[in-house]
Amino acid sequence: MTNSRNSLRSTIAAHAVLLTYVVIALFPVVVIIINSFKTRKAIFRDPLGLPNADSFSLIGYETVLKQGDFFLYFQNSMIVTVVSLFLILLFGAMAAFALAEYRFKGNTLMGLYLALGIMIPIRIGTVAILEMMVQTGLVNTLWALILVYTAQGLPLAVFILSEFMKNVSDDLKNAGRIDGLSEYAIFFRLVLPLVRPAMATVAVFNMIPIWNDLWFPLILAPAEETKTLTLGSQVFIGQFVTDWNAVLSALSLAIIPVLVLYVIFSRQLIRGITSGAVK
Amino acid sequence: MSRPASNAAAKPVFKWHILVFLAPAVLVYTAVMIYPLFNTLRLALYTTIDRERVFAGLDNFRTLFGDPNWSGQFWNALGNNFWFFLIHMLVQNPIGVALAAILSSRRLRFAALYRSAIFIPTILSFVIVGFAWKLILSPIWGIAPGMLDAIGLKFLYAPWLGKEEYALTTLALVSVWQFVGIPMMLIYAALLSIPDEILEAGECDGITGMAAFWKIKLPLILPSIGIISILTFVANFNAFDLIYAAQGALAGPDFATDILGTFLYRTFFGFQLQLGDPNMGSAIASAMFGIILIGVCLYLFVIQRRLRSYQF
Repeated sequence: MTNSRNSLRSTIAAHAVLLTYVVIALFPVVVIIINSFKTRKAIFRDPLGLPNADSFSLIGYETVLKQGDFFLYFQNSMIVTVVSLFLILLFGAMAAFALAEYRFKGNTLMGLYLALGIMIPIRIGTVAILEMMVQTGLVNTLWALILVYTAQGLPLAVFILSEFMKNVSDDLKNAGRIDGLSEYAIFFRLVLPLVRPAMATVAVFNMIPIWNDLWFPLILAPAEETKTLTLGSQVFIGQFVTDWNAVLSALSLAIIPVLVLYVIFSRQLIRGITSGAVK
Repeated sequence: MSRPASNAAAKPVFKWHILVFLAPAVLVYTAVMIYPLFNTLRLALYTTIDRERVFAGLDNFRTLFGDPNWSGQFWNALGNNFWFFLIHMLVQNPIGVALAAILSSRRLRFAALYRSAIFIPTILSFVIVGFAWKLILSPIWGIAPGMLDAIGLKFLYAPWLGKEEYALTTLALVSVWQFVGIPMMLIYAALLSIPDEILEAGECDGITGMAAFWKIKLPLILPSIGIISILTFVANFNAFDLIYAAQGALAGPDFATDILGTFLYRTFFGFQLQLGDPNMGSAIASAMFGIILIGVCLYLFVIQRRLRSYQF
């Protein structure tokens, strides 16, 4: 059968192309991580080899943990990301509910106003944002970052969540109203639990850009005690440029938290992208 | 803000809950995003003389576009930015579409595994990506020359990031490597949403394999390709992190990798001996705003209208 032979051949070709690309995608990451566990000599003598009993060394990690304040940076990144996500979801869902549920004058206009920010990057306003943060004394605090990321995440969050909230059944909400629930109770106790999948999608979309951002930490919060992990590793690597063990270990330490988050949330993320939430 | 609307039956009472629901989002969004955006456009019209801010009209723009000290840098950054964008359009998006087309073929095993693995670079920060590639391409470490040597192509090796003529293209390709996952995912989703009946109807007419992709699938995913193009455009004209992480704020060698984002950063924040100038910075930001706005409008009013969307 030529037909089945053809399809076998094209299946093999498909796997070959995909495997090649997976190697291209993962190769740099793997090289960084395996070399971070080797002695300086082994890094240069055999960069592609796995660490063995002879070449295994944790000297890079020791330097990083002694010199850099990675736990503090990690904690800062964690606080900024979690609080921003919480505010994006809370404020975004509230506004989305108002737009989806009530008919009031200016509803459409308000929706358009909030949607403006989907296409226009907030970085354009950096000069004025920095000025405002200096005036309000928020420079070099985590709040500066949290406010910026919240504002940046809200437009898309409102857009996605209001689409989902339009699908929540009116009967349910009206039943709640007849039972004497306030509008707030209807929102928090009836509607929010029903749009949880959409909230998860919004959270995952926002999480990675916030965690990885370098621009705003560099400009708004470069002080030692407010550095995020991204900025902290950037500065650390810049200072230790000739200490290859330390640089490779710092890179690995920066990769690992994101990889862990990705493994936990990848199904959610991929489902979010492929469900057409961003169409 | 919204005014109370007299809703169906009840007498017109002010609906406080609408205000309460909307207020936090609208306040944060307006104060931290919209107001600074317009304030930046406004600051571009001022200049600082003896620590006092005075109105200067369009002087900053005249300096930016006309003064040889500034305009050379500006046009260099803008040109580099277009090249950066062009590489993404010509390399990233076709690879993304090709990978998505292969992934979406029926009865392919391990599709989820491939998808997740290819998406991994996208979740890494620019700092990691920039340094990782800097090390790999470095002539000191020798991974890249060593690997080219292994396949007999060592003569092709050059310190790509250090040469003016290659550095920008190399960084653009690194960025492509990082972000190929996004077009792949979006196109993959679009391809999955094509109903089987359409493909089967094509099969009855003898259209299968590559022909089915070019004649049936590609026209149907054009709207998604349009969205990806505009997302790429906005992201590229606002890029900064990768260049900064790999080449520093001076976007070396000799500004060969300078794009609008790094130019804006150096100008308004200052770097090494250069003092920061918020007003010129605002002028550059306004120019970036204009470029992004033109791109978005072009997409919304010209490209998107020509692309027919099909609802299944």
